[in-house]
Amino acid sequence: MNQKRAERIIVGMSGGVDSSVAAALLKKQGWEVIGLMLRLWSDPGTQNRCCAAEDVIQARTIAGQLEIPFYVIDAKEAFYQAVVTPFVESYSRGFTPNPCLRCNQLIRWKYLRSHAKALGGSVIATGHYARTNTLGDGTVQLLMSPDPDKDQSYFLHRLTQDDLRNTLFPLAAYTKPMVRQLARDFSLPVAERQDSQDLCFVGSGDYREFIRQQDPQAMKPGPILNQEGELLGQHTGLADYTIGQRKGLGIAGPEPYYVIQKNLKDNALVIGVKGSLERSEFSIHNVNWIAGTAPLDPFRAEIKIRYRSQFVPGLVTPGKDQQALVRLDEPLPDITPGQAGVFYQGQICLGGGTISLEDV
Amino acid sequence: MIYLDYAATTPIDKRVLSVITRHLEDTFGNPSSVHFLGQQAERILEESRRMIAGHMGADPKEIVFTSCGSESDNLALRGCAIARRENSGCNTILISPIEHPAVSQTAQQLKELFDFNLETLPVEKNGRVQLQELESRLGPDTVLVSVMAANNEIGTLNPIREIGALCRAHQIPFHTDAVQYGAHFPLDLTQLPVDLLSLGAHKFYGPKGVGLLYVRQGTPLTPVQTGGSQEYGFRAATENVPLIAGMAKGFQLIQEEATQRAARLRPMREMIIQEVLTKIPGSRLTGAEGDDRLPNHASFVFQDLNGNTLIQVLDSAGFACSSGSACKTGDPKPSSVLSHLGYSPEWALGSLRITLGKDTAQAEVDRFLQVLPGCVERVRKVAS
Repeated sequence: MNQKRAERIIVGMSGGVDSSVAAALLKKQGWEVIGLMLRLWSDPGTQNRCCAAEDVIQARTIAGQLEIPFYVIDAKEAFYQAVVTPFVESYSRGFTPNPCLRCNQLIRWKYLRSHAKALGGSVIATGHYARTNTLGDGTVQLLMSPDPDKDQSYFLHRLTQDDLRNTLFPLAAYTKPMVRQLARDFSLPVAERQDSQDLCFVGSGDYREFIRQQDPQAMKPGPILNQEGELLGQHTGLADYTIGQRKGLGIAGPEPYYVIQKNLKDNALVIGVKGSLERSEFSIHNVNWIAGTAPLDPFRAEIKIRYRSQFVPGLVTPGKDQQALVRLDEPLPDITPGQAGVFYQGQICLGGGTISLEDV
Repeated sequence: MIYLDYAATTPIDKRVLSVITRHLEDTFGNPSSVHFLGQQAERILEESRRMIAGHMGADPKEIVFTSCGSESDNLALRGCAIARRENSGCNTILISPIEHPAVSQTAQQLKELFDFNLETLPVEKNGRVQLQELESRLGPDTVLVSVMAANNEIGTLNPIREIGALCRAHQIPFHTDAVQYGAHFPLDLTQLPVDLLSLGAHKFYGPKGVGLLYVRQGTPLTPVQTGGSQEYGFRAATENVPLIAGMAKGFQLIQEEATQRAARLRPMREMIIQEVLTKIPGSRLTGAEGDDRLPNHASFVFQDLNGNTLIQVLDSAGFACSSGSACKTGDPKPSSVLSHLGYSPEWALGSLRITLGKDTAQAEVDRFLQVLPGCVERVRKVAS
């Protein structure tokens, strides 16, 4: 980016090492920096693990050390509506959602950018491990971090061109060990803090208990069937299970059983032996194409089916209405409806969407 | 940065600062020590006490130094309620619903842990205690009445002279939190029927970490902090002589200068109120009008606006203000004062307080009034 250094940058801060170093780097580069922290919703009586009270103090202290203004903004209601409610609904409809994806798109970008604008800053920055690259025609590409272990482009695949054009990733060139070293160099008291948490808003950390409280209907007991439709037992509620799950089924057989499908219509959990789990074709909906438009033709890509999964080569066929069909070269056992399928070509993240339920 | 948050705290007056630094360097003795250095410290301590007592028409024995206004409130409520119940058995504490948490939370704890009854007095929409209602509630079981002299959030002054007179007629001790009031009005306890009165030095250009409680002779009081016999046994701790001397200087300056400071600030305050109410749609003044509010204090609510965000936007535009619902941890709740006065959350969440100080210039107010309408508009556009 070639903004004048006089421009005001709003950096999302969590009190953790990554966003603190991001803020310190921007300050050192001469930007006018304001730190913002989002106060997120959490299970009543508990603290959200992404923004606990001690984290607020930590972040405010670090901002003080960097001599930048720092504010906490209340995003509880927005977070509840944009992330928590869809999370529960998604489980109720048989998916296994990843709430961080909507949080990034709608809270950490859309909501934060709205506040940033009021504070006179059109450009935001975060401590994510990812890079951008601006092409000659102005299109901004989302690229992987040089630290393959920490790369967070998977979580950012829902960002738009407008988001990316107005975002800085100060950690773009760094690996996690380098960032820890920078924290020490900047004398930031955060070098050994834990990374922020998945399911930050679930007080107990046990999403099953949370869904049970939020939507008891999603947890109706029902039959466990094999693929031939034979009754093998009872399940405690479909949201208690994840595709590929082996433990906790309580059904003995000659070979271990795995959850292979949730049949919502009959509230039935379908299980089978390992081989029956593998799939190579699946569809994706609600696809975001980072370039702004869908490619016209099918293309080869490396696909990630969850944050920590390997890249698997395959063919992606864009369809109508933000859909896409994916055919992997090799089948995988744990393709889970609700998780994101994200497409890469080399270092470039092209976009992605939500893995659909199989037709039943 | 233009500072418009003098009700939160004030910068230290240079004349106060020179007193403090002199004593920090020279007067390190413990006033309780036998030796000469101790005597020197005690001399400064007692001179400060005499100076303050003289300015407020009190006896030096009626001044108890504390660490802040909140501590003074704690000592007044807890100390008087417990002592008087021991003597007379009466058990009901009466407070206004717009007290500072130092009073309301202390009263709440006395209710929950010490079995006192707690009653809240009705107030008008501007926060003023209704005298007839107060009189009808004073009875043989009333152990203590506490009504703040001026509210920090909405600037309303209470009729403490009349409240004190009613309490005195019923022989009930009356405490007033005068932390805000005392920063703007000279005090004369020979004319004011008040038994316990709290002050904090940092509201009147003195240092943080020091305050006092005026205790009229004969008022039942038991110490809250026990230990040595400092402060007539009402507050055990080695006295902070340099800060106490600084508070005495600041208090002296208030007595000498408050009236002319107020005369200068009132027209600026009125200008702010008029401009905001006419130029900003969906705005209302909170608290009382005219002479019934603090001379430096303008407070508003704006419909459908997040007060917390407004403070942030004003800060980044160069103005330090405050909001009853703002909180540094980003967890806004409608202010309990505004909620009690009947403002719905759509109004109560959007509060703004502007408080002027002795060094506030007209040009600063003008600049603020130029910027505020645009800031309000921007905040109203922020996604919620």
